[in-house]
Amino acid sequence: MATETFYYDNKIVRNFAIATAIWGIVGMLVGLIIALKLFLPDFLGFIPELSYGRLRPLHTNAVIFAFAGNGIFLGVYYSLQRLCKARMWSDTLSNINFWGWQTIIVSAALTLPLGITQSKEYAELEWPIAIAIAVIWVVFGVNMMMTIYKRRVKHMYVAIWFYIATFVTVAILHIVNNLVLPVSLFKSYSMFAGVQDALVQWWYGHNAVAFFLTTPFLGIMYYFIPKAANRPIFSYRLSIVHFWALIFIYIWAGPHHLLYTALPGWAQSLGVVFSVMLIAPSWGGMINGLFTLKGAWDRVRKDPVLKFLVVGVTAYGMATFEGPMMSLKSVNAITHYTDYVISHVHTAALAWNGGLTFAMLYFIIPRIFRTELYSIKLANFHFWAATLGMIIYVIPIYWGGITQSLMWKEFNAQGTLMYPNFMETVTHLIPMYIARTFGGTLYIVGILVGSYNLFRTMRAGNLLADEKAEAPAADFRDVPSKAGSAFHRWLESKPTQFTALTVVAILIGGIVEYVPTALIDSNIPTIEAVKPYTPLELEGRDIYIAEGCVGCHSQMIRPFRSETERYGEYSKAGEFVYDRPFLWGSKRTGPDLHRIGGKYPDSWHYMHFMDPNSTSPGSIMPAYDWFQRKTVNLDRIPAKIRTLQRLGVPYPEGFDQIALQDYETQARKIADGLNASGFEVSWDSHMVAMIAYMQRLGTDIQARPSASGTGNTDQTASPN
Amino acid sequence: MSVMYLLIALSLLLAAAFLISFIVAIRSGQYDDKYTPSVRILFDDEPTGKSSQKSTSDRPKSKH
Repeated sequence: MATETFYYDNKIVRNFAIATAIWGIVGMLVGLIIALKLFLPDFLGFIPELSYGRLRPLHTNAVIFAFAGNGIFLGVYYSLQRLCKARMWSDTLSNINFWGWQTIIVSAALTLPLGITQSKEYAELEWPIAIAIAVIWVVFGVNMMMTIYKRRVKHMYVAIWFYIATFVTVAILHIVNNLVLPVSLFKSYSMFAGVQDALVQWWYGHNAVAFFLTTPFLGIMYYFIPKAANRPIFSYRLSIVHFWALIFIYIWAGPHHLLYTALPGWAQSLGVVFSVMLIAPSWGGMINGLFTLKGAWDRVRKDPVLKFLVVGVTAYGMATFEGPMMSLKSVNAITHYTDYVISHVHTAALAWNGGLTFAMLYFIIPRIFRTELYSIKLANFHFWAATLGMIIYVIPIYWGGITQSLMWKEFNAQGTLMYPNFMETVTHLIPMYIARTFGGTLYIVGILVGSYNLFRTMRAGNLLADEKAEAPAADFRDVPSKAGSAFHRWLESKPTQFTALTVVAILIGGIVEYVPTALIDSNIPTIEAVKPYTPLELEGRDIYIAEGCVGCHSQMIRPFRSETERYGEYSKAGEFVYDRPFLWGSKRTGPDLHRIGGKYPDSWHYMHFMDPNSTSPGSIMPAYDWFQRKTVNLDRIPAKIRTLQRLGVPYPEGFDQIALQDYETQARKIADGLNASGFEVSWDSHMVAMIAYMQRLGTDIQARPSASGTGNTDQTASPN
Repeated sequence: MSVMYLLIALSLLLAAAFLISFIVAIRSGQYDDKYTPSVRILFDDEPTGKSSQKSTSDRPKSKH
């Protein structure tokens, strides 16, 4: 058997390692800023681009797609070459993958603070960037699949299976959840509305957790734990069962994010069942990882790589136990909308994703730089800072989440709410918000020390850019047919063309024409009274989206007495048929807003936006005084109406022509009312649009008259 | 809720793809040996010194 000599590409591994560390620091610093803003709303001043609502998606996107994303590429590019005993298929594609991904991250960092967002969680980036993500992801996938195809080891180690499932599933989820109709380069409307949009979003959202933050990291676990401990995985058989069971079950767990909402009950139950089933494969994986260390625990005491791996896998076990529990309806009734979810996420993200990523960095960097780690001591410090930081972060807000939820639900002996003022339940949490900031800060200190340690390690050694390796030539592949071999030769010679073709195929497949048409019919309202938004309200809604209000305010009242007492009638599916995208939210840092319409006069909203403390003493909402100064870009409105018409919203024919007039009439009414009360505001300001949207929310199905003097609940764009 | 048809179709398609790859994997003998692969990854493929036949397909560009 002929032995072949080849070279592993370590340069691309180094590039991803550096990107991982840098984006980790950036993403977590943004997290620290928004954590501070929760108890210091004035922190960094009232700059629109640095407001909480706009920075929160930047934080989540940065840590998921920039930090963990680069970490995934780091792990795959390092381990796949060694598992396949082959260099990555194409250096060009490797570099396109790297630079393309960094460009996407930078464009996210520029657009999100500017309020350019699709608003769906972890899918906020507007359509041009979403397309770029699909393209780069396919580049990565092609490069990976071709490397696997050209491997020199017949058997595909279990880690490779996890990588393949990651690529395939993320591609599909990403494309479906980003089906939008563009209005302009920076604005689009979801092809799905209301309940349907919510279901698609969480079908995607949960699987972003499953196939972006779990399966690739499990592949990484299956490679790096055995390598670091220098012993085979506890049970290879279990790893195979683990893989197949996990990927078959995961895809339907998404609806557990929508329990007690307007999603049909059977779909909710489906989500619960699949979520509970997930315990088995998840724990199979955790046990497999931990048992691998049987007999090697003495080394865990000394080796920082193993320490990070052990704590990471343990946290994975905790989070995957907690997740199914939170999917049970009775538990979800308490934890949903609270900081408990934030804790749950951070246990997994900080210890599992962060831990495994840093274990990889500590493992890979000394090896590819052919040197020793600069300082074991500093690495141990990093380990303890990360672990204690995570614990100090999560415990206060686990506590806070449960506390707040119980306060929301508490009734007194007279049968009324014990804490009718939402603010009481917020101010109660401030100490917990402060405490968790210490944990987060400690974690970041750890990362800074870790990065310094890695930097010194890189300086001390020098990169073995092309690592020489030998393996027997592949003899397991069937001799390809003549046509097949010619095609393959062509593929090999033209990786860029091949990738372009694949991308086109996937994009066409994703934007199939039938999707919108098939969905429009079912968007016909089931509640007669529910009408489309007026142009002014629509503009207000788009401002609400741009400002990221959904990060703190839900628009989904669950059918509990404690919620109907506090907010009003519970939310019905038929009320959301014109909501593109849906804005149900997943967190109530502030109160639910679905029945806010008509609850307060316009002047209250004006004062509240200018200075939330003036109407709600103790509020941690930042002031939005720029609403009063900024004017709406009226030119875009007809295009918006036309886009929505194409999506099936029943505005009358030619309505786009009179939309501006309709806008001005409604806006002037509100502005005149406010001016008469002594408030200075122009009709085309953001303020007026936002107030119009607030006053419309949740009013369609109510018979009661608006409490607001300038209420416009009877105004709709519909002709009937 | 017609979006369910889309999601169910896609999920089933994905599951079918997984199932087919599972069957193909078993048929092609991927899982015949449930021990050696776990040990094999522990051995690094450091060159033995004598390099014999060389492949040209995946050498770094600079070496060409």
